[in-house]
Amino acid sequence: MAYNLKEVIAEKPSRFTAGHRMCAGCGAPPVARMILRALKPEDHAVIANATGCMEVSSFIYPYTAWTDSYIHTAFECAAATCSGAEAAYKSLKRQGKIEQDKHTKFISFGGDGGTYDIGLQSLSGAMERGHDMVYVCYDNGAYMNTGIQRSSATPKFADTTTSPAGSVIPGKMQSRKDLTEIMVSHHIPYVAQTIGVNNFKDLYEKAEKAIYTEGPAFLNVLAPCPRGWGYPTDMLMEINKLAIDTCYWPLYEVVDGKYKITYKPAKKLPIEEFLKPQKRFKHMFKEGNEWMIKEFQEEVDRRWQELLDLEEITNR
Amino acid sequence: MSIRERLSGNEAAATAMKQINPDVVAAFPITPSTEIPQYFSTFVSNGTVDTEFVAVESEHSAMSACIGAEAAGARAMTATSANGLSLMWEMIYIASSLRLPIVMSLVNRAVSGPLNIHNDHSDAMGVRDSGWLMLFSENNQEAYDNLIMAHRIAEHKDVLLPLMICQDGFITSHSIENIELIEDENVKSFVGKYEPKHYLLNDKEPMAVGPMDLQAYLFEHKYQQAEAMKNAKKVILEVAKDFEKMTGRKYGLFEEYKLEDAEMAIVCMNSTAGTTKDVVDHLRQKGIKAGMLKVRVYRPFPAEEIAKALSNVKAVAVLDKSDSLNGAGGALFEDVTSGMYINGNTAKVVSYVYGIGGRDTTAKEIESVYHDLEDIIKSNKVDNPYRYLGLRKE
Repeated sequence: MAYNLKEVIAEKPSRFTAGHRMCAGCGAPPVARMILRALKPEDHAVIANATGCMEVSSFIYPYTAWTDSYIHTAFECAAATCSGAEAAYKSLKRQGKIEQDKHTKFISFGGDGGTYDIGLQSLSGAMERGHDMVYVCYDNGAYMNTGIQRSSATPKFADTTTSPAGSVIPGKMQSRKDLTEIMVSHHIPYVAQTIGVNNFKDLYEKAEKAIYTEGPAFLNVLAPCPRGWGYPTDMLMEINKLAIDTCYWPLYEVVDGKYKITYKPAKKLPIEEFLKPQKRFKHMFKEGNEWMIKEFQEEVDRRWQELLDLEEITNR
Repeated sequence: MSIRERLSGNEAAATAMKQINPDVVAAFPITPSTEIPQYFSTFVSNGTVDTEFVAVESEHSAMSACIGAEAAGARAMTATSANGLSLMWEMIYIASSLRLPIVMSLVNRAVSGPLNIHNDHSDAMGVRDSGWLMLFSENNQEAYDNLIMAHRIAEHKDVLLPLMICQDGFITSHSIENIELIEDENVKSFVGKYEPKHYLLNDKEPMAVGPMDLQAYLFEHKYQQAEAMKNAKKVILEVAKDFEKMTGRKYGLFEEYKLEDAEMAIVCMNSTAGTTKDVVDHLRQKGIKAGMLKVRVYRPFPAEEIAKALSNVKAVAVLDKSDSLNGAGGALFEDVTSGMYINGNTAKVVSYVYGIGGRDTTAKEIESVYHDLEDIIKSNKVDNPYRYLGLRKE
């Protein structure tokens, strides 16, 4: 598809508007804005949002930052709520109760807590049932809205308020769940992992495919959190770049079982580059904790290699 | 001409749903309400209805999907029981706060634990303060009739609240009874079209639903829910009047059975009313002035009307098929007594918890309650106002 992303951004008005109350340096608002830019201007959208940072700071009665129709019900059921709205659309359209030549698209947004953890069942159900909707997880790797508690998306060794780096236990002791792969295993038409800021092209193109592929689609988008990760707010772009250049957060998509890595860094950086600017990993750089960095690096390498293998195997 | 049929309570509910032809049904199997979505999915598979059936992975998602569907502008229905309703609990409150007129068939069953699949009212009692309208049904005919009336009540502009129609698990849900059905066309025109004022799918007027609602507004929004609940009483009676015109079957907020000249009365809900009527007839033959009041509309609670209807009796026994475990008496008992007190009715009142976990309640036991009431009238005092009926002695 021939297009100019700069023109797209300039021409299409933002459907997630200014005035919301998310933090400076937060990775989530650009995700919402860019994904909604992938909608055709003539299409209407129904957005279902899980409880979380994005919800509590974008729709405080009587103000809303959303220009499309929007619904929030609870923490764990954005996918189920969205699936109900989509079922209504299908039913009303089939019965001729709404205009036939107009299109509504269904998009859910949830943080990693509302997606990897408490909302996993609702998400799995909605994807398995084949609703024509996109579920977007903006993954900031912890329960940031309630004050940085560990989730199953939190990386190993991270210091959070429920996995504090103490003198006996050095942070979270478990590895991060691979939700993108869980969604691949649902055998839905489109699954992708992407990033909010720094590679807008990747996000925009994947959002467009997710929205305009018929059936369920899932996007896992890394959305750094300055408070939870402990990086300066002006470092958002850089932290995203380091996440992909260290292969901590690979960008890829899976269509009809075929893997495609959409970004391969020319030079894969050591994981320290990503870990070092973040306060949540500060303890890993203390003398005697070198094993933690080594272990982290090994896991990143193993997962990256697995992905390279999957790309090769599925495209043979 | 009405249609004579023989249907179980679940079949009656599914038949009503077929005739209502909702846009979306989202449901999850749970005994004893499973048959309702089961029968209904057959209607969907055979193209008898226009409904989109969402076979969700849990009751939590069933209610979430109903909320999404109803907010989107569709008529959404579901059915559940016991733990299913417990799992929905969070969404039950959200449905009523968003003022979405979702209609549910609740086939009453004991809430765990321990696990028990049989009838009592502990499921319904767990959501009595959730802002849902709650109608109870004595038999299959009432379960059917109440469902046919449900949308007219719930969707009324002065109400806009979700509504649940209760019936007793197994006792009516799985018992086949004679029933009079209404012709499809008559149901269709009685229920009418659903035309929500605001809905998500209206691209001309996008809307936002379910805000963060803080100190400045939540109180007023809750007050609006309370007002809608009060408004419902009038609407329920208006709809019942229209229903009577169509079918000849008369419904009120409650049913009075031989209450006019009664000295003593039992207040109860659902199928127990059938047994009680039988006992009342039997006692009347013996010259005992027994009567009964069957609550149909539990939410909104017709406190003033019930107090008035019981104004001539000397003693009242309130039967609760659920124990509130509060050390003071059943939920219906507390509603009835407070209603009587504030409306100046000073008759003696006693609470009986009965039928827990499907324990059979016999006519003989009901009769013993009337004899207890005779003793209360004679002694003019209630020794123990919080009693159990049918509890094993050993």
